[in-house]
Amino acid sequence: MAGRGRGRGRGQMTFNLEDVGIGRGDSLPPTTFKPSPLFPAMSVQPVPLQTGEEVEYMLALKQELRAATKNLPFYIRRAANKRDVDRYSDKYQSGEPKDSTIEWSPDWSRLPKELCIKVRKPQGKSEFWRFVRGIQIMYDTLEKKEEAVNSEEEEDDEKKKTNQEEEQAEEEDYEEDFEEDTDYIMSYFDNGEEFGGDSDENMDEATY
Amino acid sequence: MRGNRRSLRHLSQNSTNSDVGPPTHQRVRSAGSPSCIIQTLWAKKPIKKMTAQEVRLCGLLLQEHFGEVVERIGTHLLRGGAQNLRTIANETNTPLDLVKKSLCVLVQHGVCDFGSGRRGPGSPVEYRGNCERVLRILRYPRYIYTAKTLYGDTGELIVEEVLQRGHMTMSNTVKTVADRLTHNMEEGRSMEYSEVVSSFSKLVETHFLQRCPPVAETATAAPSATPATHRTPASVTPPTAESNPDCYKLPPVTLTGRGKRRRSSDDGEEPGGVKKAKMDSESCGDEGIYWQVNFERFHQHFRDQAIISAVASKLDQTSSEIVRTMLRMSEVTTTPTAAYTQPLSANEIFRSLPPNYSISRPILDQYLSLLVDDPMEFVGKSGDSGGGMYVVNLHRALANLARATLESVVQERFGSRSARIFRLLLRKRHLEQKQVEDFAMIPAKEAKDMLYTLLSENLVQLQEIPKTPDHAPSRTFYLYTVNQLPTARLLLQHCYKTVANLIERRLFETKENKRLLEKSQRIEAILASLQASGAEPEQLTEVEEMITAPERQQLEALRHHINKLDSTENQVDETIFLLESYIISTKSK
Repeated sequence: MAGRGRGRGRGQMTFNLEDVGIGRGDSLPPTTFKPSPLFPAMSVQPVPLQTGEEVEYMLALKQELRAATKNLPFYIRRAANKRDVDRYSDKYQSGEPKDSTIEWSPDWSRLPKELCIKVRKPQGKSEFWRFVRGIQIMYDTLEKKEEAVNSEEEEDDEKKKTNQEEEQAEEEDYEEDFEEDTDYIMSYFDNGEEFGGDSDENMDEATY
Repeated sequence: MRGNRRSLRHLSQNSTNSDVGPPTHQRVRSAGSPSCIIQTLWAKKPIKKMTAQEVRLCGLLLQEHFGEVVERIGTHLLRGGAQNLRTIANETNTPLDLVKKSLCVLVQHGVCDFGSGRRGPGSPVEYRGNCERVLRILRYPRYIYTAKTLYGDTGELIVEEVLQRGHMTMSNTVKTVADRLTHNMEEGRSMEYSEVVSSFSKLVETHFLQRCPPVAETATAAPSATPATHRTPASVTPPTAESNPDCYKLPPVTLTGRGKRRRSSDDGEEPGGVKKAKMDSESCGDEGIYWQVNFERFHQHFRDQAIISAVASKLDQTSSEIVRTMLRMSEVTTTPTAAYTQPLSANEIFRSLPPNYSISRPILDQYLSLLVDDPMEFVGKSGDSGGGMYVVNLHRALANLARATLESVVQERFGSRSARIFRLLLRKRHLEQKQVEDFAMIPAKEAKDMLYTLLSENLVQLQEIPKTPDHAPSRTFYLYTVNQLPTARLLLQHCYKTVANLIERRLFETKENKRLLEKSQRIEAILASLQASGAEPEQLTEVEEMITAPERQQLEALRHHINKLDSTENQVDETIFLLESYIISTKSK
């Protein structure tokens, strides 16, 4: 019928091949059996990038902005996954915020009411927290009494004034470790992730 | 080839790329009950349909700037249209608190806006993402650099702070910028608030900064019940920044003070100082007036710059100065989407030329007529009064710039002869195969090859014109054609894909060398601390030697790659800007 015998080995088609531009006797490119490669070889190389002061300044700006946004409160990180076993140091090493308060204070009048996050004390442990708070109040009153006593002594005896200051300074020194209600100094809980500069000086020698 | 298709006599687009197409209105999911006649117009507002490439790029940008949680929420919003809080939390499997935090961040930066739901004022609040706003993040360095060139370091820091925080009050901005500037100055000097305030007011006067639009009352945390219910639904459309008449009015507060230098010894400062600072911020009196960056104004500025540099490279410096003067004079009288500026008479132009460009009046007239006669049609003549009325053809200029971009892309990817064919088709619209070969003066075989390559890349389309009603292939004309607008859209999507690929590659490179980067950062921190505490040079060199030479080389190569990738992103963004401006200008004509 019409269209047969157009050329040996060529299929029949409903339109005139010559109109498209494939003349008689032309060989077509080989048929492909697989998808084109992911990174085909480029026949032309791309034009080199622009250079100049302006370009470099904008580059520096871009990198600075990227680094700065990581430190803004808008960068939200997921809470770190709990490790398999609860460790004692977890109580004293809270890097991530445990509760869900927002770290910056937006203007709540410009946001829908439902987005306002309020911090609530955990309900189940209310008795325990009340107990702890009671102890805290007792401690505060004792402190105030001590300070009142100290100030009376100051008024009485001028010579002991320097001693008192030392004492208070010592007390303040103790405060640093005493705050978190633990017997250990806070650097006890460092798990060695920060680099200690001195200890690696003698790397050549073998350690036993 | 479409074979036996018996369709249509009208000219149809044969584009097969599903990514490209004019944006369609999003069909609003119907509210269900027929009794609910009053639907809030906010939910019905048509939004641009997102393409896959745009969503992917937005996701990467959100991840880089705000973290993975915000990225997940943001992508979900962009893909899914308007949704309420519970839906988002359920569909993204994120705890409700994290969703709330992310939405706060997104709203703060203008990426997401909210309104009452589809079923009227009683339904839960719905949130909607704004893809364009996320794509602007790519252009932040350009905005900041422009502010620097126009208003110096102070302007640069103001724009940078406002961009990073989304929106800020004026007092907050002034304080932060003054502190930063003071930090960089030498000891003993500090920055006056008044200088920063003057830069701020200059930015507001020239409309680079604008007030944030007031929030629709029905959905906020402080609803005023009675006035809201009396309003008709027609007024619940979210106000734009421009609809506020006070948009560019500075708040009536005076800020006095100097920037504070932040020293390391200040950390243990007495609480009295902190209290004093708090009282200062409360007494400032411009609470509730937030300022944001006006991107449209910056885009106008970029567009003007592009036109001026095009004139400078096509003609000469003086012509570009004339065009710059004309654009400067029409800054305030032209709307951003106008196709051409208001007519300016030659007398006005002559008077407004910058003083160091003293050309005589006849020379100016000659230059103007040269500009008018130029085939790029930057400037047109609209009348003869006042020595000749001239306009700058903004839309035409943008179209020409976009066309030049397309041609250059074809040239760089396929060679100059393919570019010749492409330009030919742009000018002559529809040509047959034989005519292409003749006009382009390229041998038949090669012309055919090039045409098919361009066709397979979808840069060139095939148009069938049947001679007979039965559309028989032997009696049909097949014409090659190039349509500028769809091709520009196609290239724009390619650009988005390119930037997304660049970001992914950069993340990959960083991840591969993470260990090395961390080590080098630690070493730098140690060096800094050692130097601050006054160590000897031997100690410093010992510490420096902890990075071995091959590691140093690796680090150097890594930095070089990352700089290149970043620089490329900036450059592709310039092309994105041109193409986007052209498409928006064409749509609004």
